[in-house]
Amino acid sequence: MLRFILIRLLQALPVILVVITATFFLVRSAPGGPFDQEKVVIPEVKRALEAQYRLDLPLHEQYFAYLGDLAQGDLGPSFKYPGRSVNEILFSGLPVTAELGLYALLIALSIGVLAGVLASLRPNTVQDYIPMSLAMIGICMPSFLLEPLLVLVFGIWLDWLPITGWGDIPGDKILPSITLGAAYAAYIARLSRAGMLEILSQDYIRTARAKGLSEFRVVTKHALRGGLIPVVAFLGPAFAGLLAGSFVVETIFQIPGLGRFYVQAAFNRDYTMILGTTVFLSTLIVFFNIVSDVVAAWLNPRLRGQLGGGR
Amino acid sequence: MTTSAADLLANAEQGSSLWQDAWLRLRKNKLAVFGGAVLLFMIVIALLTPWIAPYSYETQNLDLGATPPSAAHWLGTDIFGRDVLTQIMYGGRISLAVGFVATAVALLIGVTWGAIAGYVGGRVDAIMMRLMDILYALPFMIFIVLLMVVFGRNILLLFLAIGAVEWLTMARIMRSQVQSLRQQEFVEAAVSLGLSPATIIRRHVVPNALGPIIVYTTLTIPSVMLLEAFLSFLGLGIQPPATSWGLLISYGAETMEEYPWLLIFPGSALTLTLFSLNFLGDGLRDALDVRGSKD
Amino acid sequence: MALLEVDNLAVSFVTRNGTHQAVKGVSFSVEEQQITAIIGESGSGKSVSCYAMLGLIPSPPGRIDGGTALFDGQELLALSEKELREIRGRDIAMIFQDPMTCLNPFMTIGEQLIEPLMVHKAVSRVQAKTRAIELLEEVGIRSPASTFNSYPHEFSGGMRQRVMIAMALINEPRLLIADEPTTALDVTIQAQILELIAELQRKRNIGVLFISHDLAVVADIADQIVVMEQGEMVERGHPQQLFSNPQHPYTRKLLNAIPSGQREAERVSPNALITVKGLRTWFHPQGSDEPVKAVDDVSLDIYRGEVLGLVGESGSGKSTLGRSLLRLAPVTEGSVHFDGTDVTALEGNPLKDFRRRMQMIFQDPFASLNPRMTVYDTLAEPLLLHGICDRKGLDGAIAKLMDDVGLARHFIRKYPHEFSGGQRQRIAIGRALATKPEFIVADEPVSALDVTIQAQILDLLEALGGEYGLTMLFVSHDMAVIRRIADRVLVMYRGKLIESGTTAAVFENPQADYTRSLLASIPSGHVAA
Repeated sequence: MLRFILIRLLQALPVILVVITATFFLVRSAPGGPFDQEKVVIPEVKRALEAQYRLDLPLHEQYFAYLGDLAQGDLGPSFKYPGRSVNEILFSGLPVTAELGLYALLIALSIGVLAGVLASLRPNTVQDYIPMSLAMIGICMPSFLLEPLLVLVFGIWLDWLPITGWGDIPGDKILPSITLGAAYAAYIARLSRAGMLEILSQDYIRTARAKGLSEFRVVTKHALRGGLIPVVAFLGPAFAGLLAGSFVVETIFQIPGLGRFYVQAAFNRDYTMILGTTVFLSTLIVFFNIVSDVVAAWLNPRLRGQLGGGR
Repeated sequence: MTTSAADLLANAEQGSSLWQDAWLRLRKNKLAVFGGAVLLFMIVIALLTPWIAPYSYETQNLDLGATPPSAAHWLGTDIFGRDVLTQIMYGGRISLAVGFVATAVALLIGVTWGAIAGYVGGRVDAIMMRLMDILYALPFMIFIVLLMVVFGRNILLLFLAIGAVEWLTMARIMRSQVQSLRQQEFVEAAVSLGLSPATIIRRHVVPNALGPIIVYTTLTIPSVMLLEAFLSFLGLGIQPPATSWGLLISYGAETMEEYPWLLIFPGSALTLTLFSLNFLGDGLRDALDVRGSKD
Repeated sequence: MALLEVDNLAVSFVTRNGTHQAVKGVSFSVEEQQITAIIGESGSGKSVSCYAMLGLIPSPPGRIDGGTALFDGQELLALSEKELREIRGRDIAMIFQDPMTCLNPFMTIGEQLIEPLMVHKAVSRVQAKTRAIELLEEVGIRSPASTFNSYPHEFSGGMRQRVMIAMALINEPRLLIADEPTTALDVTIQAQILELIAELQRKRNIGVLFISHDLAVVADIADQIVVMEQGEMVERGHPQQLFSNPQHPYTRKLLNAIPSGQREAERVSPNALITVKGLRTWFHPQGSDEPVKAVDDVSLDIYRGEVLGLVGESGSGKSTLGRSLLRLAPVTEGSVHFDGTDVTALEGNPLKDFRRRMQMIFQDPFASLNPRMTVYDTLAEPLLLHGICDRKGLDGAIAKLMDDVGLARHFIRKYPHEFSGGQRQRIAIGRALATKPEFIVADEPVSALDVTIQAQILDLLEALGGEYGLTMLFVSHDMAVIRRIADRVLVMYRGKLIESGTTAAVFENPQADYTRSLLASIPSGHVAA
């Protein structure tokens, strides 16, 4: 098992390197620099600033210098907010985004799995049509459409829930989490339904029934284990998607999280901020994908042997 | 049994191919038919928009401002006095175009890549897969945002960027299809007959791999359209004076309290189209899934 | 009173395409401590009857139309689902056909094994485990304790079927229903499992309902045989009586279909058409250093005009050998000389020319035909590719092929899925014969077919062999079939040739131990010809 993980981690390194390199050169090749949009700056001051941020060095030297810093975990100073380092800004936004993502994921998993499993038990009946229609809506309605609607209904017309902020007013975490999690609940519902249907048609389910087990036991002890594997495998991509979705949700609900910082940095050509956030998020995504793959493989005894230490 | 050879085909009973069976099954699926009909409707409107739109695209009526639906303006007007229905029609052209073109790009690259990797196998496949794995692991969302910011909102680039994200999964599907087909005995039989690889791929492999590809293509289009809407919403996609449903929704969201129709109508158009595509895709998947009966 | 008494049972399936009557009023019984066998081909309704009794048929679309099923005096069909569940696994137990798919791959063997015990009886987990291990030993599993903690995929088909049997017997049921329990197993393992079931039945005095398609298999162990065709019971009686004096035409058809007789080696010319020297086909699976030696150093000759039988169990390499001869499997080492030329060295157009002269018939008639091509397309392809005829003569050539293989001409535009298994195999044979080849490899051509159809196709192959002057390599795991059709026999085991000789020599005087055990596994029903 350990060997498998190590191999995957090693395979991930070139990926991250490619990400860093591509981002670096992409951002730098764009027209305009971080200081162009500011108020008019005296040439000498501009030169001094550029020297401080190493912008006067040839591009490839900047690149290697950056790599060096990275190795030490230093993401550099922010252009936009002098005096604050990227690390600082990132880590202030991280807990917020993490919490939002976690809640969204929990909502998505609990609603999705429940709906999907229930639907799979009575296919092509009302118990199937209702959850699946709702799931279809969840998939077809983008979060930035769902959000205004939810805000309109719950925030303004009914005035039940707050519509901005995070952690300031009780209950202000509900709408954002639901908005973000809705689409994923839909995907997970469909995935678990499909997975369960596939498993329920297997021969060994018939064996289980022939042994006289109750239907409840057949579903929970025999079917769920295999049926939910696609959901576990989906968690990796879901994580990446949740991060992307958080850009929008944080912008709309004005939540001070990573997503909002990233979008702002992109607009402001804040090089180090863009680079730092990209590297950080990419590493996180890659890591999470590995975890999800390992867990999905581990859940299947046939693949468990391949993880290492097989018989 | 002494019919002459010439009568052979004349006396033959008509067979029912798998495509025909699938089409019959699809027709019975009401949701899918509904989806297909709506989609067709949307496409026709989009194509005919320059001729049938009630107002010209740029017509503004600043005195009018935003008004709710009325006889003159079926879906109301926006804050510049522009007819919402016209906006939605023109926006639909862009949104649908992006959806179809980007998907076509993804399809072309993905199917070719997957077919080669799947059929040739061995070292070539291993290399191609490794490349795909690296690309797959890259957080594309982040890259697209980056690209859009850096290079400006060039619509061509938008197509390419979106296509670049979607082709990966298409290639994966094609590859796994081709791989499993390659092991099927009728492909082995084709090899033993002495057919060339090109002929085998063309006549035996591709027609049988089409099923999942068609389904996935139908389901990729809404995914692409969502992506475009997402980017436009963030301000990174289509930019004025052009418009798309995503852009319209973002404007509508800003003023949703005072003028909810500016949000609801474009939102409905987008959601309705996505619904149709998904229903159609699901219906196709069910119809094409059963590959004929086995004994 | 019989243990199980079924009277006039009728079951149908209601689907969108109409109502299909799977079982049309069937009656049979199982006496205490006796074995009743139900014999039928696919579509006979033999499995459906038993599943329906126990409520294992999904209720739409399945529907019990009528009849009674008395188990120990209790009417099964009148019981509620809850009551049926109590009987299932406790008083009536079932084992199924495919041990690969019938055990839950996500649970350990032990976990699955103790389940029926813990659900039906109030025992502690420890007690259940002890009992389970005892049973594993009883069914012949050598290290029961470690098996308890392992997963199904770590074991072979035979072992898994033993586990299934243990799982069925753990609650000491009165009746065991076995649905084709040996069909998916290798011949030698089949014999072992049959013996195990018979032994356990005697020891524990249980009644057994044994479902099968193979008359010969059950002739050895059944006290009573019930024959079903298309949902109806056509005959029943004691095996001896059935074999010696069958009443119903279908029963006679089944009996005739059992391959019998031994071929007289004839017209074997001294010229070797194919000479194989030191053939090795090794595979290197991913993630493993050990190569799989599918064909390991095999040398043989095939003479013009003969039918050479190649027999072996799964994993013996017989299919790979056949494919290697045709360059469908990558040859690692060695040579294959066809009419003087080494085929392993050919590429491009020369290879294509040779392909015309050697063809293959595959095992699964459904998978070996392109589902999107009509019969016309399938037969035209080889004809046009090798220029056997031009466009004008195409229709005539195709018509002749269809006549030769016994397919009605007016089916020409139909697609594979519109045919039955036997008909599809005829199409496949037609395709193989289109190029007028000299040599054909038939890889288990009848194994996937119903027994009565098997006989027809074997007849066809024999007739065509003579008519077209074919040399044939006939690969099979079925000794009786080989005995009937082959002039000479080769026996393979784990990639190596371990015996060869004329059919008479190999069957009457086997040299290798393995051959002896193969022959011993043939159910006596086959030999009694």
